[in-house]
Amino acid sequence: MSILREMLSYAFLVRALVVGVLVSLCAALLGVPLVLKRYSMIGDGLSHVGFGALAVAAALNAAPLSVAIPVVVAAAFLLLRLSSSGRIRGDAAIAVISTGSLALGVIVLSVTTGMNTETGNYLFGSILAMSDSDVRLSLGITAAVLLLFVIFYNPIFAVTFDETFARATGARAGAYNALLSLLTALTVVVGMRMMGALLISGLVIFPALSAMRLCRRFRHVIICASAVSVACFAAGTVASYALAIPTGASVVCVNILVLLCCFGAGRLKERGS
Amino acid sequence: MALITCRDLCLAYEGKTAVKGLSFDVLSGDYLCIVGENGSGKSTLIRALLGLKKPRSGSIVYGDGLKQREIGYLPQQTPAQKDFPASVLEVVRSGCRANPFYAPSEKRRAEENMEKLGLTELRNACYRELSGGQQQRVLLARALCATRKLLLLDEPVTGLDPTVSAELYRILRELNGEGVSIVMVTHDVDCAIERAKKILHLRTVPLFFGRAEDYRLSEIGRSFMEGRPAEGGEKA
Repeated sequence: MSILREMLSYAFLVRALVVGVLVSLCAALLGVPLVLKRYSMIGDGLSHVGFGALAVAAALNAAPLSVAIPVVVAAAFLLLRLSSSGRIRGDAAIAVISTGSLALGVIVLSVTTGMNTETGNYLFGSILAMSDSDVRLSLGITAAVLLLFVIFYNPIFAVTFDETFARATGARAGAYNALLSLLTALTVVVGMRMMGALLISGLVIFPALSAMRLCRRFRHVIICASAVSVACFAAGTVASYALAIPTGASVVCVNILVLLCCFGAGRLKERGS
Repeated sequence: MALITCRDLCLAYEGKTAVKGLSFDVLSGDYLCIVGENGSGKSTLIRALLGLKKPRSGSIVYGDGLKQREIGYLPQQTPAQKDFPASVLEVVRSGCRANPFYAPSEKRRAEENMEKLGLTELRNACYRELSGGQQQRVLLARALCATRKLLLLDEPVTGLDPTVSAELYRILRELNGEGVSIVMVTHDVDCAIERAKKILHLRTVPLFFGRAEDYRLSEIGRSFMEGRPAEGGEKA
């Protein structure tokens, strides 16, 4: 308790907690359809693109988000197109784009500012990075994600379960995919400076996997993933403060522990039934 | 008027011709089986009938009150679906029209179709924990939510054991008796001849289209049933 009170006395930590909780919630909600559609790595790919964009922004002395948001959103649509055109398989397309932008980012950083702690912050995240504008942006994105899931829950389920059937019966699967990609891109951009470009995709993948072990209905998976994600973020942040370890890594480790527990619980449940 | 009228249809897949010169009709009450080897254009034809693939030339016209969106499609299962966490009710309802919420009449329809296929007791069961035959019944109930007129089935008995397959065929016959037209793509030519009213044998070009009993007597039908390569047609 005293640790929590101590943490909440720092304005930057309160900001980081607000943004983190919101980003965790969004990432978990978006993660469930992405994982089920075998599209888990899109978060990873987009965060690497985000790293490249942040490096370029630093080199140009521009505001980080004003460069990163359009670039990552464009990359999300490009990935969607590539994987639906069928010329490069989805996973290969993501690998090509993510390593490409990582390489570009490293080159840009090394010829301009040089590799320094700033670079480390981009890659592994920094709890100090969150500003008031991040808080506003994350509030906006969370509102959009929640609205999407409340209003379009049924079509999202139909498109996730069976895209071909959904298209054949007149669902605009392309539009839902685009919307999911767009919101994932925004979530990744806001979350990556705190969680780290190499770690943010954990927020997309782990809660969905944990919830899928425990729950047997789609609606329950969605709710459970959101709860797991927010709880893991909170626990991870407190642990990072108490043990003085990086926040992003700490949150991912808590998620892994929870995933292992869920695997165990799932096994026990199977044996019991 | 026919439910579906195809005239001189030509379909291409990744630049290669998959189907050409195909003309056939599906009438109300029909039970049509589409047979042919792998790569004979069956899957491409299904995508075209569902409106997921534009014909290169020729036409597909829907009539008799059938709209393209109102075809009840039973697809082959994807690996992703096999471990999908969803209840039977959630899957069946996803065949209903969502605007974006389900109207009470649509929910009732889902209940009726679950009842019809004996799924009412399984409504809260998890889809991935069902047997292959039960999963097919769930997908069939979903397809019935999307249509009242025409079911389009893609290799529905693949991976099912003979008893379960027989049960599925029995259900299809019943539905056909109630006035639902059935179009089925299948490898199983013996079953097709036994159950279907009409056969379309496809190998890029149509080799046969007509009544099942005529197909049984035709040269092409006999040779296909015996597993000999049929004369004529073109390799895809």
